[in-house]
Amino acid sequence: MMKRKALDLWVGVFVAIGLGALLFLALKVGDLASFSATAETYLVKANFDNIGGLKKRAPVKSAGVVVGRVEDIAFDTETFEATVAFSIDKRYEFPKDTSAKILTAGLLGEQYIGLSAGGDTTKLKNGDKLKITQSAVVLENLISQFLFNKAADGNKDSK
Amino acid sequence: MRPLRFWRCPFVPTKPATDNLVEVENVNFAYDSRQILKGVNLAIGRGQVVAIMGLSGCGKTTLLRLIGGALRPTQGEVRVGGKAVAKLSHDELFALRRRMGMLFQFGALFTDMSCYDNVAFQMREHTDLPDELIDDLVLMKLQAVGLRGAHRLMPSELSGGMARRVALARTTALDPMLIMYDEPFAGLDPVSMGVIGQLIRRLNDSLGATSIIVTHDVAEALQLVDYVYFMSDGVIITQGTPDELRVSDKPFVHQFVHGEMDGPMPFHYPADDYGRDLDARGAS
Amino acid sequence: MNAVTGFLERLGGRVTSAIHRLGFASRFLLLTLQNSGMSFRRFSLVVREIYFAGVLSLIIILVSGLFVGMVLGLQGYDTLVRYGSSSALGVLVALSLVRELGPVVAGLLFASRAGSAITAEIGLMKATEQLAAMEMMAVDPIARVIAPRFWAGVISMPLLAAMFSAMGVFGGYLVGVRMIGVDEGSFWSQMQDAVDFQEDILNGVIKSVVFGIAVTWIAVFEGYDAPPTAEGVSGATTRTVVTSSLTILALDFMLTAFMFRGA
Repeated sequence: MMKRKALDLWVGVFVAIGLGALLFLALKVGDLASFSATAETYLVKANFDNIGGLKKRAPVKSAGVVVGRVEDIAFDTETFEATVAFSIDKRYEFPKDTSAKILTAGLLGEQYIGLSAGGDTTKLKNGDKLKITQSAVVLENLISQFLFNKAADGNKDSK
Repeated sequence: MRPLRFWRCPFVPTKPATDNLVEVENVNFAYDSRQILKGVNLAIGRGQVVAIMGLSGCGKTTLLRLIGGALRPTQGEVRVGGKAVAKLSHDELFALRRRMGMLFQFGALFTDMSCYDNVAFQMREHTDLPDELIDDLVLMKLQAVGLRGAHRLMPSELSGGMARRVALARTTALDPMLIMYDEPFAGLDPVSMGVIGQLIRRLNDSLGATSIIVTHDVAEALQLVDYVYFMSDGVIITQGTPDELRVSDKPFVHQFVHGEMDGPMPFHYPADDYGRDLDARGAS
Repeated sequence: MNAVTGFLERLGGRVTSAIHRLGFASRFLLLTLQNSGMSFRRFSLVVREIYFAGVLSLIIILVSGLFVGMVLGLQGYDTLVRYGSSSALGVLVALSLVRELGPVVAGLLFASRAGSAITAEIGLMKATEQLAAMEMMAVDPIARVIAPRFWAGVISMPLLAAMFSAMGVFGGYLVGVRMIGVDEGSFWSQMQDAVDFQEDILNGVIKSVVFGIAVTWIAVFEGYDAPPTAEGVSGATTRTVVTSSLTILALDFMLTAFMFRGA
């Protein structure tokens, strides 16, 4: 019977350490603490010509701080543009003329949406659409543009 | 005071027409096309101590398993207390088993618990008895087999004979009406053999139970039992009281009882002609 | 020609007997689940088995986790520093552990330590007729012996995998930040950015639960089915470790393909 108590103690310690490890992983290693999944959000839409490599659950940042997540990416068959729906934490209110850009973290990193606040006094509501957007920079276009410029310079020089 | 429930689901034997507790009628049993029992008939009266003897592989242990409900006969019926064992429902079978005790060869004590816990096992599982009462009962049972002082030991710390005795205490924990012994004397020194034999008799008589002993230890068995069934190759070839068997002139019984080297059970394993064998090997 | 037909016959025989065994094992699992009532009503039985399966595996899991994490730190740094991305070391260590190494290696270690112990224990109980004795005493051995061990394994595995991953991250931190000198801030911040709770950690936990079920199922089944002899039990113990390890690796592939496709 004495052994029972020691046994229970060790099992309790074991389970406690296990749950502690899980908690450590969730909070310190993962991103559970930084963006709470239970935070209240409101949904905003924006159209882009090209979303590049943007994925669902990509972060939405403003001034470098994560304020939301991309929820849905759809293709509009009327305007042939990409419609991105993303949620913003209810704590952060943005003016109606906020612009959205698709940026890359680092040179070759993940893509995210960057919001730049405008100056309008009316704030964005759930379901609103952003008017000003800038598509992702597609590397191939950039290279071909660069080459084209180079070729144009070359022609100008030889003239 | 809350009424104590002793049995969760009582097994009530039907009113016996005869005073036989166990009846085996024309039982055949085959395992994977191997016929082990070929038409066995026996009856064991209440209060008797009966031995079932025979060589290894004659079907003695299978018979015990059939009585305990672990196996079903392919033909025939096994009745305990008037009820056919094979036809019992799951709950009824478990109720029957609570009134039976079986002592396995070498004891089969649970190695991860002490002797005390082993004996207390059935009481804790099947009854609502309070701990103090269980404590008294366990110590009483161990006292009856002479091992009350060893109750704290683990089975690995016991000698063979001691382990067998603790197992005996465990078997009788719930005062069973039928006790079965599978080779209780196997591998014991003469003193322990005598002790076990006496305990079997004493427990049977004091509990008013019926005992079935499966063994091939002739000397001990004949001293101790009321009746003997002799099996060979799946059938009962002879039966009688120990005295009758001692003077039996049936060749097989005679060879068995007197431990003769040669008889119906041949000494030599089937082989070729001796002379030819020696010559053939010498040549190569 | 005879050799070929003989070989094919034996191969066919082995395949059919393997399928037979799988069927028997599945029915056994079903029986275990059906008889799990006692495990939950008398949870102390399960607690006792968690001690033997989980607590006694703690040391090997924690030490192995630490070493695996430290090696990841060393090797990871060696490769990342070539691309100037040594600050991503935390990401490398954390994702490798949480997604794959934690569940898989902890599962393999659990199979060899606890799985083989369970198989040996049950096999020996069968060989010494303890299970038959229990049945004759009207106590169902599956409810009292098998089911508690099964649930103890299923509960212990995810906890052990989490501990393994946590120790591994700590080991990577020790080597990367303390020993080599990677920036502590970027080690943790990049890690937190890259490791997603739902995608990575939760999936890792799901994997470890699946592995726990598989390993413990194999362990209790092999023990229950072992021939009641010394060679029988030793063969069953070996089979537990081998079959569990292969099953973990195969399941890992299937789960990874299912969970992480396209991400």
